[in-house]
Amino acid sequence: MSSIKVKLKEKDIAKIQEICKSFDNKPGDLINVLHKVQGEFGYLPAEVQEVVAENLNVSLAKIYGVVTFYSFFTMIPKGKHPVSICTGTACYVRGAEKVLEEFKKELGIKVGESTPDGKFSLTCLRCVGACGLAPVVQVGEKTYGRIAPDDVKNILAEYEDN
Amino acid sequence: MIKLIIDKKTVEVEKGTTILQAAKNIGIHIPTLCYMNLGDLNIENKPGGCRVCVVEVDGRRNLAPACATDCAEGMVVHTHSIRVLNARKTVVQLILSDHPFDCLICAKSGNCELQDLAHKLGIREIPYQGEQSTYREDTSPAIIRDVDKCIMCRRCEVMCNEVQTVGVLSAINRGFQSVVAPAFEMNLDHSVCTYCGQCVNVCPTGALTEVDHTNQLINDLADPGKTVIVQTAPAVRAALGEEFGMEPGTLVTGKMAAALRELGFDYVFDTDFAADLTIMEEGTELLDRLSKHLNGDTNVHLPILTSCCPAWVKFFEHQFPEMKDIPSTARSPQQMFGAIAKTYFADKINVDRKKLVVVSIMPCVAKKYECSRDEFKVDGNPDVDYSISTRELANLIKQANIDFLGLEDADFDNPMGESTGASVIFGTTGGVIEAAVRTAYEVHTQKELPKVDFEELRGMEGIRSATIDFDGLPISIGIAHGLGNARKLLEDIKAGKSQYHAIEIMACPGGCIGGGGQPYIHGDTSILKARQKAIYQEDAQKTIRKSHENKYVQKLYEEFLGKPMSEKAHHLLHTHYFDRKKEVFID
Repeated sequence: MSSIKVKLKEKDIAKIQEICKSFDNKPGDLINVLHKVQGEFGYLPAEVQEVVAENLNVSLAKIYGVVTFYSFFTMIPKGKHPVSICTGTACYVRGAEKVLEEFKKELGIKVGESTPDGKFSLTCLRCVGACGLAPVVQVGEKTYGRIAPDDVKNILAEYEDN
Repeated sequence: MIKLIIDKKTVEVEKGTTILQAAKNIGIHIPTLCYMNLGDLNIENKPGGCRVCVVEVDGRRNLAPACATDCAEGMVVHTHSIRVLNARKTVVQLILSDHPFDCLICAKSGNCELQDLAHKLGIREIPYQGEQSTYREDTSPAIIRDVDKCIMCRRCEVMCNEVQTVGVLSAINRGFQSVVAPAFEMNLDHSVCTYCGQCVNVCPTGALTEVDHTNQLINDLADPGKTVIVQTAPAVRAALGEEFGMEPGTLVTGKMAAALRELGFDYVFDTDFAADLTIMEEGTELLDRLSKHLNGDTNVHLPILTSCCPAWVKFFEHQFPEMKDIPSTARSPQQMFGAIAKTYFADKINVDRKKLVVVSIMPCVAKKYECSRDEFKVDGNPDVDYSISTRELANLIKQANIDFLGLEDADFDNPMGESTGASVIFGTTGGVIEAAVRTAYEVHTQKELPKVDFEELRGMEGIRSATIDFDGLPISIGIAHGLGNARKLLEDIKAGKSQYHAIEIMACPGGCIGGGGQPYIHGDTSILKARQKAIYQEDAQKTIRKSHENKYVQKLYEEFLGKPMSEKAHHLLHTHYFDRKKEVFID
């Protein structure tokens, strides 16, 4: 279990209620609701799930089940600089796995986690449509191509000061 | 109608019938594991996940799960071809490859459906070796979760979410990592779990079991410094015999009392005595609220709801805390017994309450939780020390080499062993309210009931209602069993749609006869009906059938309590409820 304790503000609760209402509070739209709510908050902490549960009249256990089933949903806030490594076919055959290993080692976290200082988070994604540049890494909005494990240190160094 | 051939036999079935059902109709029992069908309760679980029920269908490339495949015209089905037998065996071997090998010491041994299946399929080796999924054990006051033994059949999930609408258990994560767990993987005792134990009742393996108090009991019975007394709930006598091979519905009241004496209890008492006491308190409270209501007092709340079921109590404390002043404040019979035993009876035999061990035999696992609640303790000493289930009692009797079937019938001890027919029917849905009506009618009208049987309150329907004529005053009564049905009634009350004066609620389908601590029925709901019949049979056999006519209860009021709802009665026999909405926390 990895959950961060958060206290929701009144306006956050109102926002979740508004999203639920836009789907007529229908339990069948749970995934759509979670998708939108995650879009709003960046992640789905327990407290947010509680508000969704109350509004859609779905048990908390069911919601947690859905959140943990789909890899798209996360209960961990993204880092300031989210690192995404493409593990699509082209990147994979050109060594994405080794690059990923290097990022894990350098950051000291697993895929789906954030560094304790909140600076970096690590995720995998499937194909960004730049297979010619494989293997591809994205940090925030910036894309890096033809990355080798040796480049990882330098990429991270770019974000050292902020 | 659809015609098809199963194992060379022609069978005709209605459209929408599964292969499993069609085969059953002609006496072919295809083995199942995840499948669950609680016929009378209209509950079916067929995720088609375990693949144990696969059959071969001519012209179909893959094997089909019989539980989730509908029959089609002209289908030719083989339930035991070599391909089927091999596949079935492989499926079970794969399940076993990720299952602990502690069958010899597992609490579910002998009652485990996976063990039975491995035996039936003649599995003698497990050729597959790989990673074992492991997860922490979760122990609560009543239920133990050991999900290493879980086979992901999802039966518990159906009971918890669809039948009981408690919503604690759900499958989480995916693939090899998936387990059934409460939200955020919190422990059960931090969740909204009511400990009704219906998940335990349907779990095919040892993944969900009750907390076992047998060893504690054995030690207490052997301790010369302790006086150990026992109370037995009404539903136990209608089911205990099943554990010794007797027909479902065989009453074993006398043999049970004899066995308890043989085990070494100093006094063998009956929870039924306390059930009569409950009726005195709850019935008086009902009449009190009713007369205030009829006199126009707007502060009084109706309907009054029964409060003897601890799972139901925890359910409304979590889910409907805003209505916590509606249920009767009367404690459950188990707790009334404990409170009287450790005051009135302890004084009578001159034993300090700390040296007096009160044990209850219950068809229930929530009762284990109930006796651990703080408000039922005096200076940390519980009124009821612990509760053991019908199943645990059966095991203990076997351990003690007692020939249960050969026992001569024995009686309960007095004073707390005397009971009426009204108290026996507490064990089935509709029984508590019928017992209350028998007494409330006579107290209110000052007339003798022309007939004590209220057939209109009996049955197995999930929600029932009836109007009873209190000599010109119509009293409207509602009954619900199963927490999902209770929720429907509560929502009606909340919406102001309910016109009932009194409602009886039992958490378990069928009432206590279907409790979480009863012998396993393995999907055969006709057993519940047989137990219900036995309960009414015991009631009919009793000479006294109204709680207020219980001589020892009358004596208890004369010598000790004064009258129903007196200050002393309030102190010992009534309780209060808590808002547990915000009590759920995430670790």
